[in-house]
Amino acid sequence: MTSWARTFGSSIGTKSLMALSGLALLFFVIAHLLGNLQIYLGPEAINAYGHLLKSLPELLWTMRIGLAAMFLLHISTAIRLTALNRSARPVAYRKSEPQVAGVAARSLIATGLLILAFVLFHLAHFTLGTVDPSSFHHVDEMGRHDVFRMVVTGFSNPLYTGIYVVAMIVLGFHLWHAIASLFQTLGLSHPRFRPLIEKVGKALAILLVLGNISIPLSILAGIVRLKTGG
Amino acid sequence: MRLTLEIWRQRSATERGEFARYEVPDVSPDSSFLEMLDVLNEQLIEKGEEPVAFDHDCREGICGMCSLVVNGVPHGPERGTTVCQLHMRHFRDGETIVVEPWRAKAFPVLRDLVVDRTAFDRIIQAGGYVSINTGGAPDANAVPIAKEEADLAFDSATCIGCGACVAACRNASAMLFVGAKVTQFLHLPQGQPERRQRALAMVEKMDDEGFGRCSNHYECEAACPKEISRDVIRELNREFLGASLTRRS
Amino acid sequence: MNLDPKIPSGPVAEKWDRHRFQMKLVNPANKRKFEVIVVGSGLAGGSAAATLAELGYRVRCYCFQDSPRRAHSIAAQGGINAAKNYQNDGDSVYRLFYDTVKGGDFRSREANVYRLAQVSANIIDQCVAQGVPFAREYGGHLANRSFGGAQVSRTFYARGQTGQQLLLGAYSALSRQIAAGTVKMFPRTEMLDLVVVDGRARGIVTRHLVTGKVETHLADAVVLATGGYGNVFYLSTNAKGCNVTATWRAHKRGAGFANPCYTQIHPTCIPVAGEHQSKLTLMSESLRNDGRIWVPKEAGDKRRAADIPESERDYYLERKYPSFGNLAPRDIASRAAKQVCDEGRGVGPGGLGVFLDFSDAIRRLGRDAIEQRYGNLFQMYEKITGENPYEVPMRIYPASHYTMGGLWVDYNLESTIPGLFVIGEANFSDHGANRLGASALMQGLADGYFVLPYTIGDFFARAGAGTKIAEDHPEVRAVREQVDGRVAKLLSIRGKRSPDSFHRELGRVVWNDCGMARNDAGLRDALAKIPAIRQEFWENVTVLGTGDSLNVSLEKAGRVADFLEFAELLCRDALARDESCGGHFREEHQTPDGEAVRDDEKFAHAAVWEYRGENTEPARHVEPLTFEEVKLVTRSYK
Ligand SMILES: Cc1cc2nc3c(=O)[nH]c(=O)nc-3n(C[C@H](O)[C@H](O)[C@H](O)COP(=O)(O)OP(=O)(O)OC[C@H]3O[C@@H](n4cnc5c(N)ncnc54)[C@H](O)[C@@H]3O)c2cc1C
Ligand code: HEM
Ligand code: HEM
Ligand code: SF4
Ligand code: F3S
Ligand code: FES
Repeated sequence: MTSWARTFGSSIGTKSLMALSGLALLFFVIAHLLGNLQIYLGPEAINAYGHLLKSLPELLWTMRIGLAAMFLLHISTAIRLTALNRSARPVAYRKSEPQVAGVAARSLIATGLLILAFVLFHLAHFTLGTVDPSSFHHVDEMGRHDVFRMVVTGFSNPLYTGIYVVAMIVLGFHLWHAIASLFQTLGLSHPRFRPLIEKVGKALAILLVLGNISIPLSILAGIVRLKTGG
Repeated sequence: MRLTLEIWRQRSATERGEFARYEVPDVSPDSSFLEMLDVLNEQLIEKGEEPVAFDHDCREGICGMCSLVVNGVPHGPERGTTVCQLHMRHFRDGETIVVEPWRAKAFPVLRDLVVDRTAFDRIIQAGGYVSINTGGAPDANAVPIAKEEADLAFDSATCIGCGACVAACRNASAMLFVGAKVTQFLHLPQGQPERRQRALAMVEKMDDEGFGRCSNHYECEAACPKEISRDVIRELNREFLGASLTRRS
Repeated sequence: MNLDPKIPSGPVAEKWDRHRFQMKLVNPANKRKFEVIVVGSGLAGGSAAATLAELGYRVRCYCFQDSPRRAHSIAAQGGINAAKNYQNDGDSVYRLFYDTVKGGDFRSREANVYRLAQVSANIIDQCVAQGVPFAREYGGHLANRSFGGAQVSRTFYARGQTGQQLLLGAYSALSRQIAAGTVKMFPRTEMLDLVVVDGRARGIVTRHLVTGKVETHLADAVVLATGGYGNVFYLSTNAKGCNVTATWRAHKRGAGFANPCYTQIHPTCIPVAGEHQSKLTLMSESLRNDGRIWVPKEAGDKRRAADIPESERDYYLERKYPSFGNLAPRDIASRAAKQVCDEGRGVGPGGLGVFLDFSDAIRRLGRDAIEQRYGNLFQMYEKITGENPYEVPMRIYPASHYTMGGLWVDYNLESTIPGLFVIGEANFSDHGANRLGASALMQGLADGYFVLPYTIGDFFARAGAGTKIAEDHPEVRAVREQVDGRVAKLLSIRGKRSPDSFHRELGRVVWNDCGMARNDAGLRDALAKIPAIRQEFWENVTVLGTGDSLNVSLEKAGRVADFLEFAELLCRDALARDESCGGHFREEHQTPDGEAVRDDEKFAHAAVWEYRGENTEPARHVEPLTFEEVKLVTRSYK
């Protein structure tokens, strides 16, 4: 046991936890996006998808618990690391001119905390229905939770759309640095693949942002509407 | 040229410091940054003020002693250059230059611009060597080493232990320094027997000394006067994780 | 003064083996009882401290830098010689021995040089085992190059950073012992005096450079590995901190100082740019393989190089030494440069420089080829001067680089004070009057790894541990009080001039009168000027601040004070050595075309100076040198 504590208590071990939990979260965000994109296929598809998930409670809860654990691990480690890193330089420079590290790299903790805030809001919004109960408690013709209506009603409100769009851009910032970074952390990069990993990482971050924000935007723009599919 | 300098002055490790402002009226563009400070110091002595203390020795970019943050950049604005090799022609006439010491918990300021970098020595003592006694060596050509590997080992071995990587890193992390030493031995057959133990011990020591953790910002690589690559950090990560996961105690 | 060199009997090739067998050994269990002080952590000190600790001695090691890894050895660029004969080009221990004795202009001790050549091969083995990344061929074997005019390729190198890599090897061995608790390291600690009790070296007095604490450290033997005194010239290629303090203090306590006048000037350094200049940077000699050296024919010609037509250029080395041309040996090339500059034909600011021109080579081989060969050197040159050597010729000038003189030691590396050993550049070394390229690193490591660890054991076995002495022993206390007094004195003068200004002034005198070329009148002139500067120093130097803190002025002042005393001995020795040999060139002794003329009749000896007090002239003793193996001949590079 102590050898595990030594491994994950060490700087590199801690970082690897960050990377592994981040990687798990990244997989979730990708999968979640793929699921959500079914909104373009109409209510049938997405409601069925939602129902499918709920009909497998063991799987759902395993996933939820796993996901929550990853979030907790990622966040607690992030906060621990940030505190440690701050204390490693007790006296700040009067003048500091970063040469290469971009805003994205330097604001991971800020973007991370914003993402956390978003996720809490998002859970309240679409999972618990406490933000906008009136749009939450609908069922479709087949008696399933009407995810489609909930989402479309939600994003017809420019305020919610705005929140989501901003949050997704923040997430994009986080991932702009984070995806390539995790390869370095886990020692999986290589000089030959490094440029590729960096490009793919950034491309993936952009794709995730675009994919995610396309949903609220196309709803607000009226491209995805209630009743289209019946 | 005429310059204004804002220099950190601190009498000792235990006293508080502050910035002092000095004018140097007649700086030769051909002088090095340290020679410019020499001129300032002569000026101060003449006025009866104590000269600014800064570390230096070889003044040719190899001993790793010089250590100034110039206008927010360790070793100043020129890439791949120690501050002793930085020349004044890279500054503008009339410019104000801020000069600060390395800032890190693990590198306490001793006086003015002089810091204590013995933490680096202690990290090396934790494992930055091959355990061989004098006299016990086989013939130097007994084990051939692929040129490519030898070159990689060399790239890492060029580290001069200056600490600019720590100074540049927002987290004051020493990963580039430790990575350089660990990878030097990683690429040599002589380093193999102790490789795992070495990575574990050196990282453990690094953590104990109060350096921060790496966030992959790569400022260290940009500041490193020997242009040590971030790859050494990646290799160190992998080596450490591998060694950690298979350790038996 | 007892100058018995203790050379073992027998043929030169067998002396070291025989001696190793005859030396007494210290019982392994007893080694722990002996304490050794090693001052210096360069190649010599670092390797010695590590090896002694491995053997079981208790070691304390001192350096003035913040880490032992930063000793001046780190700056060596070119390489290290070893008689490995990996290239199968006819090298051998004997040839390296022969080359070194001849290169030293027949002013070194044959037995020592032979031993140096013998252990040279072990050094490379040891360093490779430590993980020193020497250059390699594609086949994976070690690469060699030829260096400093040698006809065989025996120089091992690590790009342009051989000294750094070797030192980091020694530093890693030292670090391992520090971790094991067998070496206690004292960085930022400067030795200010030597403690001699009952005629035996028993310790040192140091000042901690951060806290200012003056302390006494006692032991059973003291090893000095404090490097050379090249900074007596103020401007040199040495690191700024290099000093003569440790060896000079030991000299004043009774150690003979040998051949101080043997100093080496390196021909290819970047010239002085102005008053602000603080040190000079060496450019690898390899540049002379493709660069052509010239100055304008007319004195005072201030045109740009490109504007001077071919017919008005003087390629003086090619003219004077048609067969060696631009590759003439260091001392010859240096003096020739001085000569043309003295004639007013020097180029660049101050007229102290000559052109090293690559335009022919670039035309002949193409810019790419030149970049391949010298890219990093060209870059370094441009960094320092701001001039692009692909377009305008480089400017170079000779600079003080290495000092062959040092404390006299016998075959066992023991000085004239029993229990005081001296290794590396600090001793009067195996290089005679001139050191060959890539041989200083070899000597430092030979002394530290493979010679001293044996010979010091013999000393302990014979002399035993000294009787325990305490810090309040009268002789110990006296030294300490003198050190305290000196520090207090320096702080109390509060005159008008900075220590640096005195150093600069001294440097100018020594460089002009006792530099590349020396003559009777100049040396006498210097001998008159130096005491005057010294006197003014003690009346008019200013050292601000206090003794109990990090005080850079105080450090400098102490070193300058010792240089001011030492410089006089340097000039005195140069005056007494009324011949030209190696790095010591007396203008009175040259052939019509400027070659050095030795006087073997009168000067085939090492001159060893004995300190006899503040106001008494030092005594000059000699250790005769006999040449049984190598016949005395005249060097010729025509
Ligand atoms: C620019 C340059 C290039 C060179 N290139 C080559 C080359 O290519 N090949 C070659 O063979 N040689 C070369 N040399 C020469 C060679 O580098 C030196 O002669 C050699 O490294 C000296 O080693 P050392 O161990 O004797 O002393 P140093 O390395 O000078 O070490 C001296 C040590 O003593 C300590 N010290 C000094 N004074 C005190 C004191 N008072 N108190 C406490 N500690 C003290 C210092 O801190 C340091 O640790 C070169 C020299 C120069 C200047
Ligand atoms: C515009 C983008 C997004 C949309 C349209 C969206 C939509 C949804 C919807 C409709 C649900 C409810 C599913 C259901 O109850 O069946 C949901 C749940 C969830 N979403 Fe999102 N989401 C988006 C972005 C994100 C992001 C970026 C994250 C994480 C960082 C995230 C995390 C979650 C979580 C954790 C749940 C709860 C899952 C569960 O019930 O177990 N979402 N999302
Ligand atoms: C879906 C949400 C998230 C994803 C996909 C994600 C992903 C990642 C990834 C892949 C990394 C890189 C790890 C490495 O380089 O080793 C990372 C780093 C980081 N994350 Fe997140 N993260 C998310 C949410 C959060 C949250 C909520 C926080 C909140 C505190 C946060 C804070 C951080 C911090 C501070 C780092 C940098 C750690 C360091 O290197 O110092 N992240 N993240
Ligand atoms: S890695 Fe680079 S910046 Fe860091 S100590 Fe080594 S040389 Fe200096
Ligand atoms: S700048 Fe710092 S965050 Fe890591 S990559 Fe370099 S140590
Ligand atoms: S003074 Fe030696 S590297 Fe700058």
